[in-house]
Amino acid sequence: MPEQLVFAMEVILNGLMAGVLYALVALGFVLIYKASGIFNYAQGVMALFAAMTLVGIMKGQVPFAHLINAIFGTHIHYFGWNVPALLAILMTMAVMVLLAWAVQRFVMRHLVGQEPIILFMATIGLAYFLEGVADLMWGSEIKTLDVGLPQGINLWIDETTYNIFDYGFFIDNLDIVATIIAALLVAALVAFSQYTKQGRAMRAVADDHQAALSVGISLNFIWVMVWSVAGFVALVAGIMWGTKSGVQFSLSLIALKALPVLMLGGFTSIPGAIVGGLIIGVGEKLFEFALGPALGGATENWFAYVLALIFLVFRPQGLFGEKIIERV
Amino acid sequence: MNKTLATMALGALMAAGPAMADLVIPDLSYRTGPYAAGGIPFSDGYNDYFTLLNERDGGIGGVPVRVVECETGYNTEKGVECYESTKGEGALVYQPLSTGITYQLIPKVTADGIPLHTMGYGRTSAANGKVFSNVFNYPANYWNGASGAINYLLSENGGDLSGKKIALVYHNSAYGKEPIRTLEMLAEKHGYELSLLPVDHPGQEQKSQWLQIRREKPDYVVMWGWGVMNQVAVQEAANIRFPMENFIGVWWSGAEFDVEPAGEKATGYKALTFTGLGDDYPVYDELRKYVVDGGKAAGAGDQLGAVQYNRGLYAAMLAAEAIKTAQEMHGVAEITPAMMRDGMEALEITNAKMEGLGMAGFGPEFSVSCENHGGPGLVGVVQWDASTGTWNSIQDFMPTDAEVIGQLIAEDSAAYAAENNIEERCN
Repeated sequence: MPEQLVFAMEVILNGLMAGVLYALVALGFVLIYKASGIFNYAQGVMALFAAMTLVGIMKGQVPFAHLINAIFGTHIHYFGWNVPALLAILMTMAVMVLLAWAVQRFVMRHLVGQEPIILFMATIGLAYFLEGVADLMWGSEIKTLDVGLPQGINLWIDETTYNIFDYGFFIDNLDIVATIIAALLVAALVAFSQYTKQGRAMRAVADDHQAALSVGISLNFIWVMVWSVAGFVALVAGIMWGTKSGVQFSLSLIALKALPVLMLGGFTSIPGAIVGGLIIGVGEKLFEFALGPALGGATENWFAYVLALIFLVFRPQGLFGEKIIERV
Repeated sequence: MNKTLATMALGALMAAGPAMADLVIPDLSYRTGPYAAGGIPFSDGYNDYFTLLNERDGGIGGVPVRVVECETGYNTEKGVECYESTKGEGALVYQPLSTGITYQLIPKVTADGIPLHTMGYGRTSAANGKVFSNVFNYPANYWNGASGAINYLLSENGGDLSGKKIALVYHNSAYGKEPIRTLEMLAEKHGYELSLLPVDHPGQEQKSQWLQIRREKPDYVVMWGWGVMNQVAVQEAANIRFPMENFIGVWWSGAEFDVEPAGEKATGYKALTFTGLGDDYPVYDELRKYVVDGGKAAGAGDQLGAVQYNRGLYAAMLAAEAIKTAQEMHGVAEITPAMMRDGMEALEITNAKMEGLGMAGFGPEFSVSCENHGGPGLVGVVQWDASTGTWNSIQDFMPTDAEVIGQLIAEDSAAYAAENNIEERCN
């Protein structure tokens, strides 16, 4: 087999894996948009906030230590204990539920019935507020996140492909784990929305929130639930990306990677987020591999948007988005 | 009534009387945003050194130093806003810690007569004092860094790099592109093959670049990164099992937080430096005594000895020594920005002076002149040991290729002078 073809196969596999990571971020956007029609600009910051909270809890960091020390003249930074990863994840989830409740109680509840652009602006404000709170709560330094996920080259794939192609493929163990977790997450989300009472209520709200309200579904409860689920998805994305690079403020910028995925997959489709992520991941990696060197490299960021725009021209609602039908 | 008015007027005069002015040092810091991890310790070191001088010595020459901090978020527009809002306070020198902000400030500081110090970053050709009257980038610049990396690799290969493959992984920005021309010229001179791998801001995703490295198998990778790009690059290098001892980063890619997320696998990674390592210097005892223990540290006081903290401290020391030089030159304690510029141009850092400051060997010896605002360009090399969590020096401050760098500086500064109708000074 020609060498370039073998390399391209490796690039495609890695593109698929990268696409799963993009999809993980996009999923959070889809969940909230589907249930409430809000494009949640704060989703990337939620991933950052969740990951920072997780590391802070694991390391026994005192939240708002700088503020406490500044006010009371103390020098406390750590409680002096470490929390096991699993327990810390559960505690972080509780914090994300609390955050969801606070967002609903203090922001979104007051904006019911407002124009989508107003709601969007509110989430921009929320993003910056949350970034500041995360900074104040846990500090700005880079934090190492280790919840026991494997990292580095998968030797089995390396050896197997070497025996077949005379070239060992590089696949990161972390990407494999991310793929498995994303698959489980999507399955769980689909099962939740199809087979549970709350899930069906969520879908009812998504279809027509006034009709849902008339049959006794609590909008407040559903929206808190949806923001909580989006918080959980943000936590998963934060763990995956934070394990790679350490938990730091640029983690919030991963949202930029989700935008072309959403444009392509549609804002209302969970499978769309996954398929969109895979197409963007493979597309950008393959383009960089094939034409990047001739174009000076670093093509991935802009090419992902070009790819999404091309899809948008032909399918404005995205690959799996609901077709907009206006009746006169 | 008249008596009351007179009393009030006298009181007002006494209150606004001849209070001693401060020596104003703006600190264009970034404690927020994606590059905060590097900005915070640098700013802490910069602030703490001036606090030490105030607490221990009552300032410089008897005049207290007032640091005016302004948050830029590593954003060029905000950096310019910070400059405009602080320059009126009598700012003596700017240290923006950003190449993007530096490029915007060069014409402004020149017009306003305020010196700009871009230590180890910024516009490299500003080392030519004949063209850039108000810009200083001592003790080393990016092109020294590029040459320093190649010199180190030459020393590892018996002085011969012909046939070797070197890949440059760089931040796709004005900063990251700075070393390219130098590395290309050095490639012609030493016969190595250079490949360029840009990484877009912020650098969270670098799979394509590292797959390319894995395919093309360069002998060495040189990195010009900042922020998250550094941590991801070290992690990806470890993932593809690229030999860490063949991976060398510029000084802005060589802090503890750049390598710690990769854990044990980061051991062996190398970085360039122009400052000392750790906190085994008498100045740190003084800092603990007068600043940290008194609760006056800019941060939590736990960064003393960390790479970027040391750099901020060193930058402050150079500014303080330039103030002292200016005070001696002009015979006044309260100096103006123009006097500060003179002090910077006449700055001399000797081993004896550094020893007196409790910083013996912390940086190279050098002197600045009207023609040379860049210093000697001596570059050291350090290596990370994850087991001890420390950087270890593996090469002392060594000279770089003055011939190649001199030629590039002359070309670039001449072009700038022609574009901006600048007449050469120092004749």
